[in-house]
Amino acid sequence: MESIGVLMMCPMSSYLENELQKRFNLHRFWNSPEKSVFLENHRNSIRAVVGNASAGADAQLIDDLPKLEIVSSFSVGLDKIDLGKCKEKGIRVTNTPDVLTEDVADLAIGLILALLRRLCECDRYVRSGKWKQGDFQLTTKFSGKSVGIIGLGRIGTAIAKRAEAFSCPINYYSRTVKTDIAYKYYPTVVDLAKNSDILVVACPLTDKTKHIVNRQVMDALGAKGVLINIGRGPHVDEQELVKALTEGRLGGAALDVFEQEPHVPEELFALENVVLLPHVGSGTVETRNAMADLVVGNLEAHFTGKPLLTPVV
Amino acid sequence: MSESSDPPLVLLHRLPSFNYFDENLSRDFRILNTDTLSEPLPIFLSRHAASIRAIVSVGGLSITSELISHLPSLQILVCTSVGVDHVDLAECKRRGIAVTNAGNAFSDDVADFAVGLLISVLRRIPAADRYVRSGNWENLGDFQLGSKVSGKRVGIVGLGSIGSFIAKRLEPFGCIISYNSRSQKQSSPYQYYSDILSLAANNDVLVLCCSLTDQTHHIVNREVMESLGKDGVIINVGRGKLIDEKEMVKCLIEGVIGGAGLDVFEDEPEVPEVLFGLDNVVLSPHAAMATPGSVNNVAEVALANLKAFFSNQPLISPVQLD
Repeated sequence: MESIGVLMMCPMSSYLENELQKRFNLHRFWNSPEKSVFLENHRNSIRAVVGNASAGADAQLIDDLPKLEIVSSFSVGLDKIDLGKCKEKGIRVTNTPDVLTEDVADLAIGLILALLRRLCECDRYVRSGKWKQGDFQLTTKFSGKSVGIIGLGRIGTAIAKRAEAFSCPINYYSRTVKTDIAYKYYPTVVDLAKNSDILVVACPLTDKTKHIVNRQVMDALGAKGVLINIGRGPHVDEQELVKALTEGRLGGAALDVFEQEPHVPEELFALENVVLLPHVGSGTVETRNAMADLVVGNLEAHFTGKPLLTPVV
Repeated sequence: MSESSDPPLVLLHRLPSFNYFDENLSRDFRILNTDTLSEPLPIFLSRHAASIRAIVSVGGLSITSELISHLPSLQILVCTSVGVDHVDLAECKRRGIAVTNAGNAFSDDVADFAVGLLISVLRRIPAADRYVRSGNWENLGDFQLGSKVSGKRVGIVGLGSIGSFIAKRLEPFGCIISYNSRSQKQSSPYQYYSDILSLAANNDVLVLCCSLTDQTHHIVNREVMESLGKDGVIINVGRGKLIDEKEMVKCLIEGVIGGAGLDVFEDEPEVPEVLFGLDNVVLSPHAAMATPGSVNNVAEVALANLKAFFSNQPLISPVQLD
């Protein structure tokens, strides 16, 4: 398999790079200064693309790689892949579900606690020496607050189970009502926001869910409500979010994802009612290795004619 | 006006900044406030000695044997904290003075905070937030990887109200809970270790939420930290003196343990400054119970204890003096 050309779209895991290098002819896209020249030169040898949340396989790339057979994403999200075009051309697509569910759910709860209890501010308060001048302010209790989840898939469900242990009533919005669970369904995201103290984005990013958290939703969530985004940046109208926060119309936000990563609107840096993380949802050693093993496993399965481990298309 | 129709008298002993309870208290009681004296405290106390049956202690001002030696009529000490390590309990026991604490008033908030600290240390939340705000994400690339929370083995030192609330919150994370306590709790589903050294040896995280006593002073020493190991994490929402702080700082710098989340310190608000440079440490200014709800709850508990005392009813949250 050493002659099979695999194109890795950006740095994502040195462990994954090493494992791919051992088995395939690995090309690192970010090392080519002239991308179009690179694609011209290698169009006939690249049979697989490895992408992630930042870069996948859009229509242009698929057109540029006529021998492409499989796109294996180092993520569970598929928003960077033109799935329709892959289906049309018979290109297989795999992702990394399940292995990162717990990490993302853990982080969602961590973000809620960090935001409501001002953990980052507390830490800053001590490190700056301010504690010697007086006690820190009172913060907002988490236990018992209502949690509204947009998207009750694997990650949404894992978040709900954790929040239940804090006595939080769970509400949700989903494309369809789930008849076998005890959480309260709301037919629109605005209704969900109106009736929840904490709104969590946990659905896939598609054309239909872009800016699913818009100004109307933020106003419904209100000055006492907080937004937690562990989905994708484009789920939230970021410009509106900055305005809502700086104008005090939204109580707070904890964000692991942004519309133009790694760029984060600087107006947010001065706010103490926000927590800002650099897309670390699945960012543990254990999980990234498990994700990498899935990517490699899927590629090996494909190129040896075996069933894919986690196929999407 | 007969004596019995006057509201009962209480001595309020607190620092000036801890005045959140004053108004509430003054609705049902007459208050003598040690904060507003025009004479030395011992003289003041001696003048009122006969009439002071109750002290309300807000915050951690010491209740020493010297102080209570001036109060022969003292029968109850009502504290607005869970910890009573600032009280000479032996002397209270000797004098037959009942002591009440906050009971469960802030167990939810402290448990929430402890879990928040645990996730924050393992997933490096404050360090990652700093990374974004400093512009490093744009300039330097991806943040370093953290450590998975779900599935970790968590050893709780002190399975009281707060300890059991923490355990319950960690269960859906798939954490494996075990504990060390003065005695095994027969009704508890978690594995018991009879000493903290074995607890440390068999866990990835140690959470300290036991009371500070002579027996638990520096219960986390170098040996325990070496047993916990280089990936091990300590979370302390109990009292600073539960840990040998000097040794802990060395252990963190030398990589003997992997990280710490600390809400309490040996000499608050002093915090060893060498910790400020560490990314695997999360520090907070004794804030685990600090929400409006908890402040209200503890005021209610304290008032309930006082009312019970003055009407000869059973106390709400008495501390066992053994």
